[in-house]
Amino acid sequence: MTLKVVGQNVLRYDGLAHVTGETHFADDVIIPGTLTVKVLRSPVSKGKIMNLDIRAAMSVPGVASVITADDVPCNGYGHIPDQPVLVEEMVRYKGEPIVAVAAVDEDTAIEALEKIQLGIEEEEPVFDHIQAMMPDAPKVRPEGNIHMFGKYPFRQVKFGDIDAGFREADVIIENTYRHPSLEHAQLEPMVSQAVPEAGGKLTVYTVSQAPHFHLEELYGILKVKKNNVSGKHWITEKGSRTGQGLEFGDINFIGGTVGGGFGGKNDMHADHITALLALKSGQPCKWRWTREEDLLYSTYRGCWYITIKDGVKKDGRIVARKIKTIRESGAYASSNPHVVEHNIFNSTGPYFIPNVHSRGYCVYTNKPPASSMRGFGLTPSTFATEVQANKIASELSMDPWEFRFKNVYRNGDLTSTGSKLDSVALIEMMQTLAEKTGVTLPDRLKQMSSAKRGGNSI
Amino acid sequence: MHLLKLTVNGQNYEITVQLKTTLLEVLRDKLQITSPKAGCNQGDCGTCSVLVDSILVKSCLTNSLSVQGKKIITVEGLAKPGEVHPLQQAFHENYGAQCGFCTPGMILAAKALLDKNPNPTREDVKVGLSGNLCRCTGYTKIIDSVIAASEKMVTVTD
Ligand code: FES
Ligand code: FES
Repeated sequence: MTLKVVGQNVLRYDGLAHVTGETHFADDVIIPGTLTVKVLRSPVSKGKIMNLDIRAAMSVPGVASVITADDVPCNGYGHIPDQPVLVEEMVRYKGEPIVAVAAVDEDTAIEALEKIQLGIEEEEPVFDHIQAMMPDAPKVRPEGNIHMFGKYPFRQVKFGDIDAGFREADVIIENTYRHPSLEHAQLEPMVSQAVPEAGGKLTVYTVSQAPHFHLEELYGILKVKKNNVSGKHWITEKGSRTGQGLEFGDINFIGGTVGGGFGGKNDMHADHITALLALKSGQPCKWRWTREEDLLYSTYRGCWYITIKDGVKKDGRIVARKIKTIRESGAYASSNPHVVEHNIFNSTGPYFIPNVHSRGYCVYTNKPPASSMRGFGLTPSTFATEVQANKIASELSMDPWEFRFKNVYRNGDLTSTGSKLDSVALIEMMQTLAEKTGVTLPDRLKQMSSAKRGGNSI
Repeated sequence: MHLLKLTVNGQNYEITVQLKTTLLEVLRDKLQITSPKAGCNQGDCGTCSVLVDSILVKSCLTNSLSVQGKKIITVEGLAKPGEVHPLQQAFHENYGAQCGFCTPGMILAAKALLDKNPNPTREDVKVGLSGNLCRCTGYTKIIDSVIAASEKMVTVTD
């Protein structure tokens, strides 16, 4: 059988449009008369809003609408959903949106922002997530800085008998790995354009990487659908009429052409505010974040501390692994609890370890919300487990290839989360890799296979 | 308001602009030619690159009145109508475009390079495109694309 796609180079379906300039991104929808949106962000990292007066901003000629938390029908969104669209009272990170303005042009919108009177009583913030775990740390949120996974302050995986595993070990190797925070820095900044349509409907042009999630969130914010997700104690429901009368199906959410995201567009950054302003002003509204806003206030990969303690036999087999992983979440949950789960579910890397105990913590700080980036927590866990693999090999004076051949999954192995693996090809993959990179493997490694552990495959 | 006359992709325009209007704003907002993108609006990323009388410029930093009477080329007008320029074809065939956001600027930077140096080395391409950022490709395939185009274009003219 000849395969048409597998094993063949296939040209991108959208490649020609990209090179001729025909591809239209969200910002490329140009509707004359569209209002420019600008947002007043908190100048401090933590504090309480004592006074907020928008009257002078509203009377600037050319300003169509000014909105605050009072204009948001259901002021909470996100996976949990714990994040306000516009701050109610407590500011939790520098740059958190407080007031949004739609005006005829950028200069007018900026002038309006400058006329807003805002008084914040500053409080002591906490930025380091390890410090935020201390009992006397300033509280980012009233219920505490450590995210609760149900009734536990961590998510954990237990597999085998960890104490027996460590007793069996000849050497114990323990290291802590730190992964810094990282910004996606995709080339297309956050943009949203919302257009009111006849009959009270709405069209939104989005840069979202997750349009279905975000459409649902948008309906939730506009109070079109009852929000039935846990954590709704965070949400204040207002009597605002904005968005009322909208029914499920009335929002046309147009997206899918994304100018780079890398996980940075898995969270709604702009669509909620443009939608609210378009509904309130009755005019098309566009909000394009500046590059500076994008770098400072969009989601990012939160930093990690990962401590791995391994019990290893002299022959190189890892027989026990204990992991404690601590993830910075920023001020809100966003996708961070999910990211922590992914990270600890993968805490053994591609290696079979019979006894495992891993715990992942997700900790709030007074920084913008962190979120997904390239692998939902898997990249930092791979960084830690692979550096650890090299460290173990060097401690045992063993070739790092050999160490990996001994430990990788074979067919039939169980992962620490209890999945039985089949179609494993890690040994064969490493054999091919060695061949392609000119590494000569000893015969005993060349003869191994993923089919089974034992015999030549140890 | 000031009168601005310019030619974009072979078409003449006469429009009014403010003293502070940039060339990028003219192209996108007034003429709805949207291949130049506002990736940073401050001269760092090159997504707004266009050719002004064959010279590569960042249109976000270019005052529109400074291009009075000049000829602007964007990727929409790089090839003759109905055709695809060898650089465009090469970016398509060598996977030089992923998300496509940097691509129009990249292709114009490559055009400016090949105009000066039809036979560039990989190193020359790196230097020639150094004002343009791409966050998707890791640049390897962009360099492949430019080299492939340069080989084709040399054969065509030979
Ligand atoms: S938009 Fe002009 S260089 Fe980035
Ligand atoms: S292809 Fe996405 S930024 Fe270059």
